[in-house]
Amino acid sequence: MSERIVILGGGTGGTLSANRLRGMLDDDVEITVVDHDDDHVYQPGLLFVPFGLARPESLVRSRPRQLHAGIDYRRRGVERVDINKDQVHLEGGAVLPYDLLVIATGARLLPEETEGLAGPGRLPTVHTFYEYEGAEALAGALAAFDGGRLVVDVVDMPIKCPVAPLEFCFLADWYFRERGIRDAVSLTFVTPLDAAFTKPVAARALAGLLAEKGIELVTEFNTGSVEGGDGDDAGDRLVSFDGREVPFDLAVMVPLHGGAAYVDASAGLGDELGFIPTDPHTLQSTVRPNIFVIGDAAAIPTSKAGSVTHFEGEILTRNVARFLAGEELEPGFDGHANCFIETGFHKALLIDFNYDTEPLPGRFPAGVGLPLLRESRLNHLGKRMFAWLYWHILLPGRDIPGVAAAMPHASKHVPATTDH
Amino acid sequence: MPTVTYAGTQVLVNEEGFFTDPEQWREEMAPEIAREAGIPALTEQHWQVIKHVRHEYELRGTGPTVRALGKTSGVSVKELYELFPKGPAKLAAKTAGIPKPRGCI
Repeated sequence: MSERIVILGGGTGGTLSANRLRGMLDDDVEITVVDHDDDHVYQPGLLFVPFGLARPESLVRSRPRQLHAGIDYRRRGVERVDINKDQVHLEGGAVLPYDLLVIATGARLLPEETEGLAGPGRLPTVHTFYEYEGAEALAGALAAFDGGRLVVDVVDMPIKCPVAPLEFCFLADWYFRERGIRDAVSLTFVTPLDAAFTKPVAARALAGLLAEKGIELVTEFNTGSVEGGDGDDAGDRLVSFDGREVPFDLAVMVPLHGGAAYVDASAGLGDELGFIPTDPHTLQSTVRPNIFVIGDAAAIPTSKAGSVTHFEGEILTRNVARFLAGEELEPGFDGHANCFIETGFHKALLIDFNYDTEPLPGRFPAGVGLPLLRESRLNHLGKRMFAWLYWHILLPGRDIPGVAAAMPHASKHVPATTDH
Repeated sequence: MPTVTYAGTQVLVNEEGFFTDPEQWREEMAPEIAREAGIPALTEQHWQVIKHVRHEYELRGTGPTVRALGKTSGVSVKELYELFPKGPAKLAAKTAGIPKPRGCI
């Protein structure tokens, strides 16, 4: 009997997994991708929208058109997964049985979990660039902003692309300088972490950049609520759970993240945040052997980022093929992440790391490559060019020449005394 | 590695005061650890969180984050900050004798 693979999610992980698997497996293996709409958004581009550096409509393409021939696309929301019966229940009542399930439904923004961030109580001064409409609305708010206190606040981890809020700060500094009003704007980055970033060497470099650009850093701030509005004498402000306050005139918020809504409705599938418990090296879920997980949906200790999803794709698809063939899985994923960090003025930083090695200075992927942890124009060009690679190389499931799934060690400067 | 004496027993801790061997922890040590962290007395609600944190550690090998605690311990995040001021996840872990929770990345 032919086998049925169902892939939930037609974003980065779902699309590249489907395309890779179609090329690897026999034609009698059915592959079906399920997603609720037809809008595949190139999410890294959202960062540029508020500054007028990207047109939002240029970031969106059709989901099914990124899938190779021989892959079915079902445009339907998922209600729940029955992991005991190997069935996906779709909205509207249809049931999709599977032999193997790949979960690629990413992370969902949960502004409603923070008081004052969603619903009728949300202040007009509160924005986000983490979704399409929000990024567009923020472009208007920034254009109308003539001075005052702008804060960028990460409510809590984990979040998609943990460097994006820092990039927003750097780009805002550049944007207001270009407009000639930087002196009238105070910029503050507010984070629940105890430093600018999670990893020590990169955190120091990034804290240095913040200071150099005159951006204030507030750490260990766990946002409990966003308060203020007309008639509130104290003004608009972030209030932490331990009672500290950060006043603002314009707040750019990164809301809480959780897994897709159907995960909460699927008994035994997700953890308390809606992410799927997953083996960090094989990418097989720990809830059922015939469920694999790629990208932001997985509860594994690496960044929720497109580069991670890309590197996972190679290992995940090989392991899916091994599983179907009854072979032992390969514990091949090392947590590799590779992130460009836009720093404004046509420059960017590049960081490269995995489960065991923090981002270090050096070159990527080899001695003549891009400079790591150092600002350069080349990195900026790399970041801007990446959109093309995304649609034409990464999603079709091809490898980027010279860039392997495993993190490169050569050409990195390992510090004499490490922090761990 | 530093050693500290709680409830008359010497235990191993790291430089931040977290137990390196959770097996060495006993319930009678918790009030002393809490006092050092600025919590004068442990209430029933404190104990609810401490026991939950121990349980989670035994299950998953790491202590829960504040957000996870708020969803699973039966105590809201706001109340957690009242019980364990400044950092509920860290302080509850320290009082419960488990290593510092691994942060998210």
